[in-house]
Amino acid sequence: MSTAWSVPASLEIADLLAIAHRIEVDAIDRYALLADQMEAHNNPDLTKVFLDLANAEQIHAEEIRRLAGDIDLRGRADALNAVWRTAESPEQADLNDAHYLMTPWHALQMCLAGEQRALAFFTSIVETAQDAEVRAMAAELVEEEAEHVNLVRRLMRKYPEPTPSWSQDDDLPAAQD
Amino acid sequence: MTAIETHVTCKPGDYKSDVMPIWCPGCGDYHVLMSFTRAFAKLGLRPENTVVVSGIGCSSRIPAYMTCYGFHGIHGRSLALATGLKVARPDLTVVVASGDGDGYSIGGNHFIQACRRNIDMTYVVMDNRVYGMTKGQPSPTTEPDFDTALSPGGTGLRPFHPLVIALASGANFVARAFSGEPNETADILVEAVRHPGFSFVEILSPCVTFRPDQREWKTKVHPAPVAATSDPARAARRIMTDDGMNIGILYRGDRRPYESKIGAKTVELAKLEEDFAL
Repeated sequence: MSTAWSVPASLEIADLLAIAHRIEVDAIDRYALLADQMEAHNNPDLTKVFLDLANAEQIHAEEIRRLAGDIDLRGRADALNAVWRTAESPEQADLNDAHYLMTPWHALQMCLAGEQRALAFFTSIVETAQDAEVRAMAAELVEEEAEHVNLVRRLMRKYPEPTPSWSQDDDLPAAQD
Repeated sequence: MTAIETHVTCKPGDYKSDVMPIWCPGCGDYHVLMSFTRAFAKLGLRPENTVVVSGIGCSSRIPAYMTCYGFHGIHGRSLALATGLKVARPDLTVVVASGDGDGYSIGGNHFIQACRRNIDMTYVVMDNRVYGMTKGQPSPTTEPDFDTALSPGGTGLRPFHPLVIALASGANFVARAFSGEPNETADILVEAVRHPGFSFVEILSPCVTFRPDQREWKTKVHPAPVAATSDPARAARRIMTDDGMNIGILYRGDRRPYESKIGAKTVELAKLEEDFAL
């Protein structure tokens, strides 16, 4: 999965809000879907972790929505696909890494990587945007993403790294013999 | 005359049903579901004018997870069902979901004939190169050296080449996508639905349970190096010589889609009951 992006220096404030909103909306989708997977496979601890993360992203999305006022965020974000060279959000996690025996530690690792990419993304806007207002707003978003990174790291203290045998299953799904 | 509103403003989540998806955790089909809902939202499709038809297999569970009309059909027959539906109701947007076993083996001939007919619908095949639902048997796209208890030493068979078959058979739009890039896949689906005629989208969708090696696909896929062509011979040559991991729209044809000469007919329910009475 590529994490490359190409942010135009001429980005406007409405574009920045649309991008930030899309990142949050994609994250809500992703965490809700992971919560569904874990609930379906009877992993209630992980279901709760992913639902909490989805709710946290929902709060951020609403905050951006409020800041944007009348701006058509969805339409604007659709027009901005070129910002992310692969059309994927910088926070995009690799859902193929989900495992039915994964632990909260794994979920938080997945989450941390996404938050760090989002942090790097907004930092790059602070460094390259021509408009001072855009740079200021991007700096706010950097602060917010830094808080997310810190939050995830704090949560990780509660969940130690599992032993190497975490995925051991004595009744593996196996090809028919 | 009052214009009929054909598009609506829906969020992707509005196209998800209340049924919780059941696939293995990490399955690529979760991403495909996400791509479907995002594409439908971008297209502004009215759920009541949209149908997702499927056959049998992991991928074919998708209609149940969507809020629009759905038809979970019989094995390999999704295209036959969808063809009948689209001919009878050309006003509907018809999207067909299948897998490599359902679509290329059991439904292989329907695939060829659907490309040939060029009816205006979109055919999405989630290809994981294995029969996942029945526990890992080789499918038509499985590599010849896929060594399992069921195929010791591999099948030794040359894999089916669906994109080239589609081109040779007359599909009007051919693309390859990767489930791990759901926004890009959604964009390809949007283009496929908008393109007139039969659009074929192969989505590489890893089966992490029976083909854990496919986790590596995320490092192998890459954008197609050149833009789509409208020349089927050139498209076929490109596809035959690529590494199977080129992602993007590969062919946009300009064949005129099939149109029924008769058109849709309204038949009284009582007449149908009489015709089909035993």
